[in-house]
Amino acid sequence: MEWLWEGIAVHELGITQSVVDAVLDAVTEPRVTRLELEIGKLSGVVPDSVRFCFDLVVTGTALEGARLDIVTPTGSGRCRDCDQRLVLEDQLAVCDCGSPDVEVLSGRELRIRAVDVESGTVTS
Amino acid sequence: MCATCGCGDERGVRVETRDAADTREESESGSPDHLHGEYSHSHDHPHDHDHPHDHGHSHEDGVHAPGDSEAEVPEQDGATRRIELEREVLAKNDTVAERNRQWLTERGVLALNLMSSPGAGKTTLLERTLAESASSVPLAVIEGDQETLRDSERLRRAGADVVQINTGAGCHLDAEMVWGALRSLRPAPGSVVLVENVGNLVCPALFDLGEYAKVVIAAVTEGEDKPLKYPNMFAHTDLVLLNKTDLLPHLSFEVDRFAEYARRINPGVEILPVSATTDEGLPAWYDWLAGHVSSPLHQGV
Repeated sequence: MEWLWEGIAVHELGITQSVVDAVLDAVTEPRVTRLELEIGKLSGVVPDSVRFCFDLVVTGTALEGARLDIVTPTGSGRCRDCDQRLVLEDQLAVCDCGSPDVEVLSGRELRIRAVDVESGTVTS
Repeated sequence: MCATCGCGDERGVRVETRDAADTREESESGSPDHLHGEYSHSHDHPHDHDHPHDHGHSHEDGVHAPGDSEAEVPEQDGATRRIELEREVLAKNDTVAERNRQWLTERGVLALNLMSSPGAGKTTLLERTLAESASSVPLAVIEGDQETLRDSERLRRAGADVVQINTGAGCHLDAEMVWGALRSLRPAPGSVVLVENVGNLVCPALFDLGEYAKVVIAAVTEGEDKPLKYPNMFAHTDLVLLNKTDLLPHLSFEVDRFAEYARRINPGVEILPVSATTDEGLPAWYDWLAGHVSSPLHQGV
């Protein structure tokens, strides 16, 4: 299955690099000890692949050794035909009324929530 | 690594110019290899704060500094502190994509993001489209591949203005690459820019290029269940061109089943069965192009 893994890893490598770049842009402290990411279940990004890539990408940066916490909001949606709210496990959801016309309300998140940084001074 | 999306090596991305004689020269703007253009680092806070901050911050005061996405909150021990960032991972790309969209709209240029798996027939379809539709709709092409100029040379021979982007290790085009290519291509007002993305049904789905519409090209040789297997790709596309229909007599592929699967992912998607080798169905695709290029300001699809 290595070929499949490689296929996924190429994709998540780019995403993970974006995350690390954005953190390094925003944070000037020399050491980040924890990073909190939000990766929705319908986002098209695989959390385990991001974890795999994370260790590679952070080497030599302020995030090296940082703990990576990923929260994975479940998907939710609304049927456009009967207005019912649904929990979406994937993008193939069909409403109980039989309609596949479901508006995704959440689950596509791809967001950097917060970091913990180590610093001798507290600014706020 | 690319600072926009991190795909592969930044210096591995090459944008070829539209002029065949200059194909191996680097483009005019930004850094020569990757074209991180004039505005690309000017958006420290592209995130627009339109989401509710309702995700259970654990710190005591929970206050976000007014007008600032970074609220620093001291922890108990004073040695570490939490910084709320609340940034979209793809914010940088999306900001550039929006700028592309504005740039295109101001010039009345309609850009389409053409995506498919490798071998679905994108380049052949483009050759045919250039040969048969370019007289009624001015067309230009941005050609994305990991390596080689093979496809751009084919399309240049077909008479098109073509800019090649080689992504190196990258598995998709991003908005920054397209910006560089647009600057090099200088598309005529009222024209259509066909952006041929890297052949891949996974990664390109996540990256807005600033296009007017997304078009997925699927081939009947790929199986009916492609929409179910690659839902992210099919979820947001505006049009599916189902190519190679001339091969249907030799396959067990059922077009109706493919359409049913595609609509389970994307109920509103338009599906046009075509054959780039026999021209079956192509007039409907040309009509689609002509209809959208003439729509006022290209609003909506």
